[in-house]
Amino acid sequence: MTASLPRTESFTYRHIGPRPEDITEMVAILGYESLDALIDAVVPEGIRLRRPLALPKGRSEREVLRALRRLAAQNEIFRSYLGMGYYGTFTPQVIQRNILENPGWYTAYTPYQPEISQGRLEALLNYQTLVSDLTGLEIANASLLDEATAAAEAMTMTEAVTGRKGERVFLVDEACHPQTIAVVRTRAEVRGLRVVEGRPETFEFGPAVIGALVQYPATDGRVADYRDLCRRAHEAGALVTAATDLLSLLLLTPPGEWGADIAVGNSQRFGVPMGYGGPHAAFFATRESYKRHMPGRIIGVSRDVAGRPALRMALQTREQHIRRDKATSNICTAQVLLAVMAGMYAVYHGPDGLRRIAERVHGLTTLLATALRRLGYKLVHESFFDTICVEVERWAQPGILDAARARRINLRALTPTRLCVALDETMGLGDIADLIAVFSLDEALPFMLDGLGANSAPAIPAALRRTSAYLTHPVFHLHHSETEMLRYIKRLEARDLSLTSAMIPLGSCTMKLNATTEMMPVSWREFNRLHPFAPRDQTAGYLRLFQQLRFQLAEITGFAAVSLQPNAGSQGELAGLLVIRAYHKFRGEGHRKICLIPMSAHGTNPASAAMAGMQVVAVKSDAHGNIDLVDLGEKAKAHAGELSAIMVTYPSTHGVFEQSIKEICRTVHDAGGQVYLDGANLNAQVGLCRPGDYGADVCHLNLHKTFCIPHGGGGPGMGPIAVAAHLAPFLPDHPVVHVGGSDPCGTVAAAPWGSASILPISWAYIALMGWDGLTEATKVAILNANYIARRLAGHYELLYSGAEGLVAHECIIDTRPFKASAGVDVEDIAKRIIDYGFHPPTVSFPVPGTLMIEPTESESKEELDRFCDALISIREEIREIEQGLAERDNNLLTWAPHTLEHVISDSWDRPYPRERAAFPSPATRLHKVWPTVGRIDSAYGDRNLICTCVGMDAYA
Amino acid sequence: MRAPGALDLDGCPVYPRVAQSPNIPGIRVSNIPDDLQYTTEHEYLRAGAGGVLIVGITDYAQGELGDVVFVNLPKVGDKLAAHQSFGTIEAVKAVSELFSPVSGEVVEVNGAIDADPGVVNRDPYGAGWMVKLRPGNRAELDGLLSPSAYRSHIGE
Repeated sequence: MTASLPRTESFTYRHIGPRPEDITEMVAILGYESLDALIDAVVPEGIRLRRPLALPKGRSEREVLRALRRLAAQNEIFRSYLGMGYYGTFTPQVIQRNILENPGWYTAYTPYQPEISQGRLEALLNYQTLVSDLTGLEIANASLLDEATAAAEAMTMTEAVTGRKGERVFLVDEACHPQTIAVVRTRAEVRGLRVVEGRPETFEFGPAVIGALVQYPATDGRVADYRDLCRRAHEAGALVTAATDLLSLLLLTPPGEWGADIAVGNSQRFGVPMGYGGPHAAFFATRESYKRHMPGRIIGVSRDVAGRPALRMALQTREQHIRRDKATSNICTAQVLLAVMAGMYAVYHGPDGLRRIAERVHGLTTLLATALRRLGYKLVHESFFDTICVEVERWAQPGILDAARARRINLRALTPTRLCVALDETMGLGDIADLIAVFSLDEALPFMLDGLGANSAPAIPAALRRTSAYLTHPVFHLHHSETEMLRYIKRLEARDLSLTSAMIPLGSCTMKLNATTEMMPVSWREFNRLHPFAPRDQTAGYLRLFQQLRFQLAEITGFAAVSLQPNAGSQGELAGLLVIRAYHKFRGEGHRKICLIPMSAHGTNPASAAMAGMQVVAVKSDAHGNIDLVDLGEKAKAHAGELSAIMVTYPSTHGVFEQSIKEICRTVHDAGGQVYLDGANLNAQVGLCRPGDYGADVCHLNLHKTFCIPHGGGGPGMGPIAVAAHLAPFLPDHPVVHVGGSDPCGTVAAAPWGSASILPISWAYIALMGWDGLTEATKVAILNANYIARRLAGHYELLYSGAEGLVAHECIIDTRPFKASAGVDVEDIAKRIIDYGFHPPTVSFPVPGTLMIEPTESESKEELDRFCDALISIREEIREIEQGLAERDNNLLTWAPHTLEHVISDSWDRPYPRERAAFPSPATRLHKVWPTVGRIDSAYGDRNLICTCVGMDAYA
Repeated sequence: MRAPGALDLDGCPVYPRVAQSPNIPGIRVSNIPDDLQYTTEHEYLRAGAGGVLIVGITDYAQGELGDVVFVNLPKVGDKLAAHQSFGTIEAVKAVSELFSPVSGEVVEVNGAIDADPGVVNRDPYGAGWMVKLRPGNRAELDGLLSPSAYRSHIGE
């Protein structure tokens, strides 16, 4: 009987925007009999997967949450004293609920359109100010992926700044965190740099040395003075990087004051959960004079058309999308959501509150140190902040570790005779008592705990005590009551356009639904309180989830093995290329260094290839945007002996399923190369075709695109790679937790499984949709893109299309003709779209002067129609200029976007009505996100770079 | 001047050289003075006093780049080969390399650009000059473009 009961909960029905009847109608408008007939016309038959994915069918939200609860219950939360860059923290609940768990913050995109991003840009400026103040360096970026990759970026920057060629040596403090050393070594080896590991006191700055990396405080807790080291380095023309800890810098002399040129580290303990490895925001700060070599996104202050201060991303010419293989970094994603949280933690506590937290942590640590000394233990270092290193007898260590385990405590065994204990703000006197009991092996104490405090003097040498002020800007002083904090967060949120207001049709970005159910586990304590190096027997739930996710992703891509380590698409690219490099080397063909890249490729591709030590050779595209097979054949042949790989995006960056993809793969294989598939456009393939089937050897997946991890306003991302069986032995490993293949290509991220705590999002999406829902989603994504292309036909030129005039999951409209006909350029149209309440599509990628639109499957027909109506209406506004009805350089587009302040001002003097400027469509009268600043003068900001909070009078 | 991307990708920079100011009209005719020589990479060369040559980028080039925000120039005394990259020029959304039209030694660089990069946009042939060279081989001057040849090179 139950079989006939109606099903009431289908998640696919919620995830997909168009209703079933809309789909029928849209398919008919496109002239096809069914959705399947449309898909058959779009996706080449030769590559189709003509069977269901070997995954279960979709399940309800309740069922999937229950399954996730079961997995979560298999993780055990021990108190972590492991340190190594990851610490317990109290996330202020007002931040957790209103930022971490708030789609108004987590569904926004990278702030490419600053006029509707001022909220998170201000939050990021706060973060940069925090980092700059605490490190004592003038300029900080808006975050990097993790501390280990930030250290590797520092090394690369050092190389660029010193300009040294030939033999180059980079000195690394042996007391850096092991994951940092592993990533630095991996990246150095590829670049031909020699890493010399040792104690900083013994560093010798010979002529080949470009720089040194020290950990401050060291991984074993030691706090040492590096002033002399810096002096010696600078005399030799070398740079010094300090890997450091923000909380310690409230009490310690900041690296910028003792001579460091670069400071990197993890801001996790500023209110961001450990999350079994991430995501967290790593920071990067340096001296003003090196700003043009700095990796990552930098937020800077500029001004808008009205001359008011306005924020936007600065110095973009440093970045990979412009410099391509000349870029020194392939970084695109930052960790915006987490940087926002860390910055807000500082806003919430203010300088005095932060200092109290640091003093408390240090006080507890000195208390513990005193007690351990009284117990007869010797401490390895007498100067420390929050971590002490204890000498223990070899025979005693196992007993201590057992006693710790019995109390659900994780300690770090540095060596068989040394234990490290790292404290954090979540610890109290009870925790210290427990630790003392562990170290006394439950013998009666020879002293009273109460009396210890008086004997515990600070363990920071006078020369290294911080004396300089920090966080003096008003923003760090005004929001300490929860009411003020809440309103500040909400005020910033209201300035930004996120998926909570309107579609974000950014081509190649896949801004689909981030469903609430998928997001729930992120803040469950069983997922977010685990230290990444917690013993495996405490993380069985996570390990099972990873295993299932790896299987799911392998099945979806048609590959044999998956690494979850790379925690951004750019890192996935690098990891994939390193795997290919290791494969060639293993076969004795290490000389294969040529990487073919189509001209239409995203700039990250050539930047990644250059980072992987490859030499880029461009392959031409034909008039339809497809790879020119003749040119490919010639170049593959010309470089046959040295060909390492080709990097292709599929469907192409032009949004077309190339018919010739199999032939492209064959050509490259015949020349001895491997095929790297950029998975940016996987949303057009899931369930319909698989990279592993049509000839690719490795691909990365942007889980933040296709698999529903939200963009977080510009990060986090996740970029796992999937590889064919012959490449599986070369998957990346980790120095603390073994994860990789038998001949790993190195280590690419700080944590073994990247940003582990957001992997349940993708797991949940796949479980909710099942093979049926995933395939349906792909079909509707393609339908939505073609529907938009059809609706805009006759109004705009469609730039590229495949066989039957159809596109894949995105389409490009050409706006270049309006430059001549109306003096309107693509930027003007993009900014006018903001007046209509939408986020503009991708501007000028992959073709300058065009807009690339990707609706995804999650947008309803009503929303697609509103968006198309807006574009058509803008076309009519352009026509008015063409026909002389509107002034050429003084019209609705010239002055877009229009701020509320501007349209209601008494001095309005535009030759068009205010209502048309502000409410150009009926939908905007119901709701729209107003830009809070007018169009921004980017040149002004780049010429006058300011990257920290400016005085409040500037906002008056 | 050439976008680094274009070095390998046949003149296809990913980002356009978008003019940021909403006041720049759509159609622009470049100023190509008749008393200068040009390169296909949009540098100009002017004969200065005492046999010294003055190098900068053309009005067309500055218009294509948009607002210049930074120029990285060589040091006095640097010896350049013909067609050698001697620096970079950055606008808001584009970066290009600068190429020496002829071989020679750098005898002076325009330090004023550092404080005011916009001078390259406002006055490319005057105050926006970049380097002064003492040429190594005057015969190389014969290989440069005339004003009319440059005009047809940029399609104006």
